[in-house]
Amino acid sequence: MQNKSSSGPIERLAESTPDSIASKARGLSDRAIAWIFIAPTIFLLLAVNIFPLIWTIWLSFTNFRVNRPNRDIDWVGFRNYERILTDTDTWATMQATAHFLVWTIVLQVLIGFTLAYLINKKFRGNDMWTTIIVLPMMLSPAVVGNFWTFLYQPQIGLFNYVVAFFTGADPASFSMIGDVHLAPWAIVIADTWMWTPFVMLICLAGLRSIPDYIYEAAECDRASKWRQFWTITIPMVLPFLMLAVLFRGIENFKMFDLVVQLTGGGPGNTTTLTSIDLKREAFEKWRTGFSSAYAVILFVTVFGLASIYVKALNKVKER
Amino acid sequence: MSYSANEPSSRTKWGAGTVVILYAIVTLMPLLWIVATGFKTSEDAIAYPPKVFFEPTAEGYVNLFTTRTRVNNEDLANLEPAKTWYEQLVRDRGQVIAGPSRYSERFLNSIIIGFGSTALCMLLGTAAAYAFSRFRVPLKDDLLFFILSTRMMPPIAVAIPIFLMFKNLGLSDTHLGMILLYTAVNLSLSVWLLKGFIDEIPVEYEEAALIDGYTRFQAFYKVVLPQAATGIASTAIFCLIFAWNEYAFAVLLTSGTAQTAPPFIPTIIGVGGKDWPAVAAGATLFLMPVMVFTIVLRKHLLRGITFGAVRK
Repeated sequence: MQNKSSSGPIERLAESTPDSIASKARGLSDRAIAWIFIAPTIFLLLAVNIFPLIWTIWLSFTNFRVNRPNRDIDWVGFRNYERILTDTDTWATMQATAHFLVWTIVLQVLIGFTLAYLINKKFRGNDMWTTIIVLPMMLSPAVVGNFWTFLYQPQIGLFNYVVAFFTGADPASFSMIGDVHLAPWAIVIADTWMWTPFVMLICLAGLRSIPDYIYEAAECDRASKWRQFWTITIPMVLPFLMLAVLFRGIENFKMFDLVVQLTGGGPGNTTTLTSIDLKREAFEKWRTGFSSAYAVILFVTVFGLASIYVKALNKVKER
Repeated sequence: MSYSANEPSSRTKWGAGTVVILYAIVTLMPLLWIVATGFKTSEDAIAYPPKVFFEPTAEGYVNLFTTRTRVNNEDLANLEPAKTWYEQLVRDRGQVIAGPSRYSERFLNSIIIGFGSTALCMLLGTAAAYAFSRFRVPLKDDLLFFILSTRMMPPIAVAIPIFLMFKNLGLSDTHLGMILLYTAVNLSLSVWLLKGFIDEIPVEYEEAALIDGYTRFQAFYKVVLPQAATGIASTAIFCLIFAWNEYAFAVLLTSGTAQTAPPFIPTIIGVGGKDWPAVAAGATLFLMPVMVFTIVLRKHLLRGITFGAVRK
């Protein structure tokens, strides 16, 4: 893929032409064009991502507060980091996040893969149904999350009604977002509803990438369907599945919009995911220095975990 | 059809189809419920058991676009007769229209910021993607990874310094600020997707054009751009959808003038309590365009959501 342009006949001709003539004939040099084309993008990303990141790192070592801009900024070293890592609330938040991450990924992988497997049976109209299933994923999580609070209302909510209809419980007897035990599951259910199609689509691509002749060869060898599933289908879909998990992992680690609209982090702190906690620290308590340190820790965690995971993914792909 | 070991029997197909269709119906329920609630009266919306069949009314939509105040029956009787059907509808509820709501304003903001950032993002993204695809760029892989990594940061984590930066530059709560911000957020997507699309166009076309005396720029916009049109269009729709749906930055950095619809819709309340039909009406209008786009995009969906990592 790389150096495509240098292999063509044009390039060879161009290299043998003196620069003065070349620039007249061809306008700007390729190198100049490359920089003109790339520079604006890099500049904007530096301004909106890297500069703020450096600023965050700097702030994380200070006791700065946005709501008291005139106070002297003190250099506090690693004290913010120390406080976060020794705070029991932070660990409760991490636990809520871990619960959310693990269960959403497990459910989405199981349901998503099953759906993809069934859709791959190529029944009539499977394309249309795939598109319908995909719809929730593309919608605004905040708007949809807000409406889920309506579905979760005790008694009048559709969700409670359906659950009550099938289990015989009283629909007014439980509140998905008001109960400390149910709220963590309320966000898992809503997220699974929304993002299962994502895993499904990627698995479907994986299943469709397996050539028919492999199954035909297995058939000739009289391998059972069960055996074919575990020795052909699963290993060949695995890289796709892992990619889906990577995407969902990063996205759900950052999760904010859906959950903040659904539960707002409550009741108590039971659904306070890291992003929600961070928002409270930064934009409600205005502890800017402290929350900057928090942000740095989160970023390092995501980045670190993602890098390790990508290495594992590449190993699986090479196999 | 030729025999294939992988061709499932009709019984398998039937079974698989049934399960998938059942799932699709269940998964569609919340969305249908949003649309249905928008046409209910507030009593029907909170009825028990939940009403599947009801008499549709435009009340939710009228309430969505207006602010109202409650008046007592005597004052109501003394008013001149209502001039329009929606005024009558509100009066039947013992209320009068006080003025327009802010919904249309917020919706318009979503359109301006969504389209503005998409246009800018496509302009920058196409150029960068072309350069990455065709030229020898020093540190190419590092730059591409850097562009992708900007997507890994939780928005709230970057929001603190951006909040400070916008305040200093006078960009907080402005359309321009949000357009620039969403452009930056979407650049990773557009560069990665478009690079994939441009990589697929054979480089020989451009070489032929260059031999014919085109300059690089001419070859770019007369040969490459038309070839990449489908890719550019679908990338643009993805950027638009992401900007349209974005909530975290919008809720933290906008309040009055530049607020988009996602932070606004959940705050809709009626006269005396949450007005669910109005919320549902607002959500329906806001979600509809995306549903249509999703159906238009379905062939490129997978590619878009995986940043081009998986191509069918």
